Amino acid sequence: MSSTTLPRTPSSSGRLRSSFDKHWPAYAMVIPTVIVLGVLVFYPLVQGIFQSFTNLNEANQNAEICTKVLGGAETCRPNPNQAEFVGLDNYVAVLTGEVGRFWMQFANTIVWTVACVAFHYGLGLGLAVMLNRAFKGRSIYRVLLIVPWAVPAFVSAFAWRFLFDQRFGLINSSLEAVGLSPVAWFDQRWTSLFTAIVTNIWLGVPFMMVALLGGLQSIPGELYEAASIDGASPWQRFRNITLPGLRPVSSTVILLGTIWTFNMFPIIFFVTRGQPAGQTEILVTGAFKAAFEGIRNYSLAATYGVLILSMLIVFATVYKRALRAQGDVF
Amino acid sequence: MVHLSAEAQPLAVESARASTRQAPKPAPERSLGASVLLHTTLVIATFCALFPVVWVLLSSFKPAYAIRSSEISLFKDPTFENYTHVLFDTSFGYWFLNSVIVAVFTMVIGITMASTAGYALSRFNFPGKRGLMWVFLLTQMFPVAILIVPIYTIMANLGLINTKASLVIAYCTVAVPFCAWMMRGYFDTIPKELDEAAALDGLGPFGTFYRVILPLARPGIAVTAFYTFLTAWGEVAYAIAFLQTDRQLTLGAGLQQFVPQFNALWESLTAAAVMITIPAGFVFFFAQKHLVAGLTAGGTKG
Repeated sequence: MSSTTLPRTPSSSGRLRSSFDKHWPAYAMVIPTVIVLGVLVFYPLVQGIFQSFTNLNEANQNAEICTKVLGGAETCRPNPNQAEFVGLDNYVAVLTGEVGRFWMQFANTIVWTVACVAFHYGLGLGLAVMLNRAFKGRSIYRVLLIVPWAVPAFVSAFAWRFLFDQRFGLINSSLEAVGLSPVAWFDQRWTSLFTAIVTNIWLGVPFMMVALLGGLQSIPGELYEAASIDGASPWQRFRNITLPGLRPVSSTVILLGTIWTFNMFPIIFFVTRGQPAGQTEILVTGAFKAAFEGIRNYSLAATYGVLILSMLIVFATVYKRALRAQGDVF
Repeated sequence: MVHLSAEAQPLAVESARASTRQAPKPAPERSLGASVLLHTTLVIATFCALFPVVWVLLSSFKPAYAIRSSEISLFKDPTFENYTHVLFDTSFGYWFLNSVIVAVFTMVIGITMASTAGYALSRFNFPGKRGLMWVFLLTQMFPVAILIVPIYTIMANLGLINTKASLVIAYCTVAVPFCAWMMRGYFDTIPKELDEAAALDGLGPFGTFYRVILPLARPGIAVTAFYTFLTAWGEVAYAIAFLQTDRQLTLGAGLQQFVPQFNALWESLTAAAVMITIPAGFVFFFAQKHLVAGLTAGGTKG
């Protein structure tokens, strides 16, 4: 980044231009992005919301059924069972548990998100505070500790699945080596979910650590010196200088971390695979499986999608309000 | 984060600068006990961070019978057999090449779109700007579950299912809003006076952007490049949904073939995992210093 400062010169030509002249370069620069977002995010979003009010699935998605006849020609006739508008039926079915297992997956998602974000933040903060001190070997620790971030998430998922493997995994072998009996991790709901949470904690701590370390380094050292002179204990310094100084960074990474964890797909998909019998599915993987496994139930997946998005929007709004109520700069 | 005020900005920029500084602040005198405790904790943490990676690496050199035993050994008849098997007897080579193509195209398109949009958001005040920034943030909340079916339908209508193009397009929708947000944060740290000087010298807005500001924003572009590359390299859900034939798969979609429900081929998986992680890790460590600064500068302001 440049620190060059050039003398400020008022440009009078800018003020004389017409409104169109003034804005067209800006529009030209944002238009490709706006088109892509419009076509590939908002149009699908609207379509997804619409689909959640229909009974669309693999069998009834086509308006016409075409059959090949001898000679290579095709005859088409209207699909008698074409997807139709069903109002709120999908939502009723999902929320009453008639179709799918929404509430169990919801409980899993909440446990998963709360556990992961709490450990990410707690461990990340602890490590960041330690790494923020001056001592020998600090930069080596810092580089080694972010290794998990460098591994693609699906590779980490397989690596941990390997470690937790019931017969040949390192973890069960170690348990046996110290005289404990091996655990059938994926045979029980909570031990299975535990393996996924451990994997995701391992994966996510480095991001929190580095982000919080950046935040810590922006707190002026003089504050700590002044507090020491006034006789503040380390705990008091942490409570009254470190935590308030980290507010802007903390509030952002916790919000982002919650959204990312809530929507985290590959870990559950590859580590637990929903074992045993779909009991460790979270909402996102449940929706994916509804849409692309077995008889593809597109409307069910769309209903899940709308419910997930609504929950996240409510969460983000409440979170923002709570911070503002505490007088934060948010 | 949705409505971050200007107060958060100096902090974020400052933190970006501070992270490149060496020792952050003079440490108070520490007792020997405290020092031992500090190092012990960090050594344990480092061990936890490294052992899965090291274990996979070590296992990738073991023959199949040594992996399929509950006996713990670091080395056992070291061999490259797993690597040659994965490279020459499976479709891994195709998957790898597909992933490289998808990741590079996503990166190039992502950088182009994100940097122009980010520049416009940083420098111009135009009607609709606030709304656009809001939209960028909102897209971060969209679960893959709601978009994947409609995007799948669009791709099917365009005849793009089972092609790399469908993945590049889908990944751009994920990466571009976030990257435009990050690039805007980065452009904000470049003094506006430069633009004004360039305008006085007769450069139009596009010339200013392309010839003056873009070269200065190289670290920001590096961050965007790495972010988009790694997003595409590690994505799974779209890849599994869109790709169908074996040779079209990317790494994220193909790797699960080594780990079927029963009789997982851990020896092949570990070797493949090492080969997938090397480029990603290389790219990552090259970028990580910038990445943090870019994330904090872009993420905490608006």
